[in-house]
Amino acid sequence: MALLTCDNVSFAYEDQIVAKQLSFQINEGDYLCIVGENGTGKSTLIKGLLGLKKPYKGTITTADGLRATEIGYVPQQTAAQKDFPASVYEVVLSGCLNSRGLLPGYSKADREKAMKQMQLLGIEELKYKSYRDLSGGQQRRVLLARSLCATKKMLLLDEPMTGLDPVAVAEFYQLLWKLNKNHKITIVMVSHDIREAIEHADYMLHLSHEEYFFGKTEEYKTSNIGRKFWGGLDND
Amino acid sequence: MIDLMTEMVSYPFMVRALVAGILISLCASVLGVTLVLKRYSMIGDGLSHVGFGALAIAAALNMAPLAVAIPIVIAAAIILLRLTESSKIKGDAAIAVFSTGALAIGVTIVSLTTGMNADLYSYMFGSILAMSMSDVVLSVVLSILVLILYVFLYEKIFAVTFDETFARATGTKTGFYNMAIAVLTAVTVVLGMKMMGAMLISSLIIFPGLTAMRICKSFKSVIFCAVAVSVISFVIGITVSYVYATPAGASIVIVDIILFALFSIAGWIRSGFKR
Repeated sequence: MALLTCDNVSFAYEDQIVAKQLSFQINEGDYLCIVGENGTGKSTLIKGLLGLKKPYKGTITTADGLRATEIGYVPQQTAAQKDFPASVYEVVLSGCLNSRGLLPGYSKADREKAMKQMQLLGIEELKYKSYRDLSGGQQRRVLLARSLCATKKMLLLDEPMTGLDPVAVAEFYQLLWKLNKNHKITIVMVSHDIREAIEHADYMLHLSHEEYFFGKTEEYKTSNIGRKFWGGLDND
Repeated sequence: MIDLMTEMVSYPFMVRALVAGILISLCASVLGVTLVLKRYSMIGDGLSHVGFGALAIAAALNMAPLAVAIPIVIAAAIILLRLTESSKIKGDAAIAVFSTGALAIGVTIVSLTTGMNADLYSYMFGSILAMSMSDVVLSVVLSILVLILYVFLYEKIFAVTFDETFARATGTKTGFYNMAIAVLTAVTVVLGMKMMGAMLISSLIIFPGLTAMRICKSFKSVIFCAVAVSVISFVIGITVSYVYATPAGASIVIVDIILFALFSIAGWIRSGFKR
């Protein structure tokens, strides 16, 4: 069953097309990595999947009771956030907003959900710490916990590892793997690191200026586009 | 000290200034936390200059100052926000264009009509004598409205302040909340201008939040601390202004500077002399 289907989707900024005629499906429980050079529309595609940017052509449909606002999103870290004076709990809890409507405040169920996600990611002892005092890896976990509050099914991550040290990166991949395998959460991640992507993902979406590849990771490794990218790295 | 306080409140104009000023300080500080964190600090400054221009127009046309200024400043806030979002002209440049443009128009209108009279002078630099009874009533009503809206929308405002993209992706109408913040700021700026002066009103918005952030660790505590800092500096500032006959706005800003320095030192000590 497809959670999310892209049918012949193109995106454009002021008539400049950045991603052309993409067609692919994301099924429940998939682990998909989106790779490709800069300027090939990876972040634009993410915005499209989240419903923040309308496709220039084609359609994006979500199914199986998943609304676009129920996709948990882990954005690239902004400079303003790094020194933001908010407690970890406040940040995580803000992920529950999409189920609140116009009501002010949070319900008891929201608070419990926030606590549960913090325990799952091992950050419950940071609850009252200030977000700006955390390490990069801890901050990323907080953002992940927040996005888990917003979703039951699907996470979308936009280069979440940027600026992390290798140990934190490995830990973060471990967490994602656990969420995907044990909690059946569908993961879609934009990644710069092709090696890590191939190692962890079941499916690959490679965007480039001329063509694109979508398919199983095994097929990607032997495809033309994949060999060029992946093989090129091997010779480093 | 007690004598001074009773003497101050025995003057009706001081009671008016205190009541309106405390409420305006409250509004300015809660909105200011969001504006500072969203990197919109200069919006307050830009809007105050637009407010000055609007008051000059009102004076030239012999109309009620606030009735002219509030809609014009709200419109300016909305246009500024739109410009910042469309990013054709960068936010800081757009604000500079607005504030200097409005100031120039204001000054030209004033010199063509009445000349710099006492009323406009007090709008530039503020006066504790400036608040009339109708100003106070309007300030009280609008401040309470601002505070109620802020409390009601608190969680959404936090989400939009911390991470606008995430908030939008999870279905929060970020455009609406940005607009709400801009409109509430516009109203607060116009109300505060008479007392603080167009030149200094933005300090009322920026200082308390910035000061609170030196030591507070959570968003909620920053808000409460900013409110306390704002009200305390207002009361001390206006007392100084009363005793030494200094301009109210400038006196309040000086107290703000002192509090900011104290909080910075406290934050520095608390973080173990690291920064």
